[in-house]
Amino acid sequence: MKHFRSMTIPYIVWALAFIVAPFVLIIIYAFTDGGLSLTDASFSLDSFHDMIDPLYATVFARSFETGLITTAVCFLLGYPMAYFITKFDEKVQSILILLTTIPMWINLLLRTYAWIGILSDNGILNAVLKSLGIQPISVMYTGVAVNIGLVCNFLPFMILPIHTSLSKMDPSLLEAAYDLGANKVQAFVKVVFKYSIPGVLNGVILTFLMAISAFVIPKLLGGGQYTLLGNLIENQFISVGNWNFGSAISFILAIVILFTISFLKRVDPDDET
Amino acid sequence: MSKKIIELKNITKSFDHQTILDQINLTIYENEFLTLLGPSGCGKTTILRIIGGFVEADGGEVIFDGKNIASLPPYKREVNTVFQKYALFPFMNVHDNVAFGLTIKKLKKSEIDRKVSEMLKLVGLEGFEKRNVNQLSGGQQQRVAIARALVNEPKVLLLDEPLGALDAKLRKDMQTELKKIQKEIGITFIFVTHDQEEALSMSDTVVVMNHGSIQQIGSPIDIYNEPKNRFVANFIGESNIIPGIMKSDYLVQFDHCDFPCVDHGFLPDEEIEIVLRPEDIILSPPEHGQLTGIVTDITFKGVHYEIIMKGTCRNYKVQTTKYYELGTELGMSVIPDNIHVMHKMKEEWQ
Repeated sequence: MKHFRSMTIPYIVWALAFIVAPFVLIIIYAFTDGGLSLTDASFSLDSFHDMIDPLYATVFARSFETGLITTAVCFLLGYPMAYFITKFDEKVQSILILLTTIPMWINLLLRTYAWIGILSDNGILNAVLKSLGIQPISVMYTGVAVNIGLVCNFLPFMILPIHTSLSKMDPSLLEAAYDLGANKVQAFVKVVFKYSIPGVLNGVILTFLMAISAFVIPKLLGGGQYTLLGNLIENQFISVGNWNFGSAISFILAIVILFTISFLKRVDPDDET
Repeated sequence: MSKKIIELKNITKSFDHQTILDQINLTIYENEFLTLLGPSGCGKTTILRIIGGFVEADGGEVIFDGKNIASLPPYKREVNTVFQKYALFPFMNVHDNVAFGLTIKKLKKSEIDRKVSEMLKLVGLEGFEKRNVNQLSGGQQQRVAIARALVNEPKVLLLDEPLGALDAKLRKDMQTELKKIQKEIGITFIFVTHDQEEALSMSDTVVVMNHGSIQQIGSPIDIYNEPKNRFVANFIGESNIIPGIMKSDYLVQFDHCDFPCVDHGFLPDEEIEIVLRPEDIILSPPEHGQLTGIVTDITFKGVHYEIIMKGTCRNYKVQTTKYYELGTELGMSVIPDNIHVMHKMKEEWQ
């Protein structure tokens, strides 16, 4: 055992350098006021104090809302997809899973630019609408565009864990439900869905985390009109240069995420009686 | 016999152009413990699944209580199944698993609780209500599966090799218990197994199957003592199967020797096959035997020794409680009652 334990050392070093150290730095920056310098920094809650501003409250609320909408849409689209994939035999299933992940092979920026091409006022969407004789619509630089971009990017992260859960289910469980008098709907709700809850929770947590902290997609598809927390943080670090304030927002976001996960983890089907 | 509960008429089924069931006709009665016995792939589980409603037959009728239910979905049938790997719902505790069918029927909570604890008592799992099913032993999961099926008060319980995953000792205990439960609640059990000993010790009726057709239906004693053909004789218990000729009624010839027997109604000089059970061959000094042979192998089996006797025409398998030295010459004889004559099997089935 001791021999194997030594094999974890590289991981521990890696985790210390790239996970723990940055997080400690963020906390230090968040609670000090010395700007970039750590040497003449002193403890201060100024950054948090600055956040008490309706402007930031709106950004927080908007980020949360965007996270929830993206997660909900991903779930509503992803669950049926994951479910139907499990209906095929194994070979077809692995091809379908591959197809759902293929978009992730293309750079995020490129995919997002593709959406600009589709959604912009002179884009493909409006060209199609025009040819059908429908009034063109303006979706670019709105919350809708941002949500579309987020859903498309994060859908695979919802489908994969749900599919993993569902494909582990012994088909005789479904037969047992029918045998005990459940019709198709009851069997789905009481057996299939309940069985897949761990996968659903993983998918929800993954998508929510990524959606609430996204910044490239809202920046490109929201065009600065639709600022989310990710953009706010990015601005503080890159344009404004206020690392203390940026760190404070990051810190709050981390806390929000932590609470969300622990809340979701508590929705454990095993605890139910 | 009591009332018919299930009748299968000319049931056929094939998967991928391969015949799984060929013209199955079977009548199952109320309160009967019926076992479908056969090697794997003989179609026994398919029959069970057709009765349960999980597989639709290509042709034929499934008559349940006088009505054809061939096209009824499983949830509308008055049968319940104990699945091979139990198929307990892993995210529910013991109580909720057993209560599943009753919750679907929207019974009152107090009534559900009463029925569930009654049923758990019947299967010997009192006080296990709150346990997680994943933490139960194989035997306990088995009992939960039985309780979950029986609590719905089905007219027929289907059991698909339910004891297959249990160890030998537990298997024996569960056999006795299942039989006891069946007597206590008085419903029909249809039990699928490939274990001939299990079939013989539990059933009222045994249906022996091979290659998608029924070979013989009868009580365990009939099946053992009067196998209809070589397949049944070979599959059930140990046997010596010897080709012979039916000289006339009550007289059969094999291995150059005439034997009086109790069988009749064959064509004169018809070629037949004879079954001699190893325990029915009586060993004696050579001069008293109908046949003679030499002990070439002896194996201790616990209750008895199994001896291979080398005769002039063939080797005979004999069971005896006495020990003989290798090379001993002995006589062998069989009383007429224990010579069982069968029609020769069609070549394709051998």
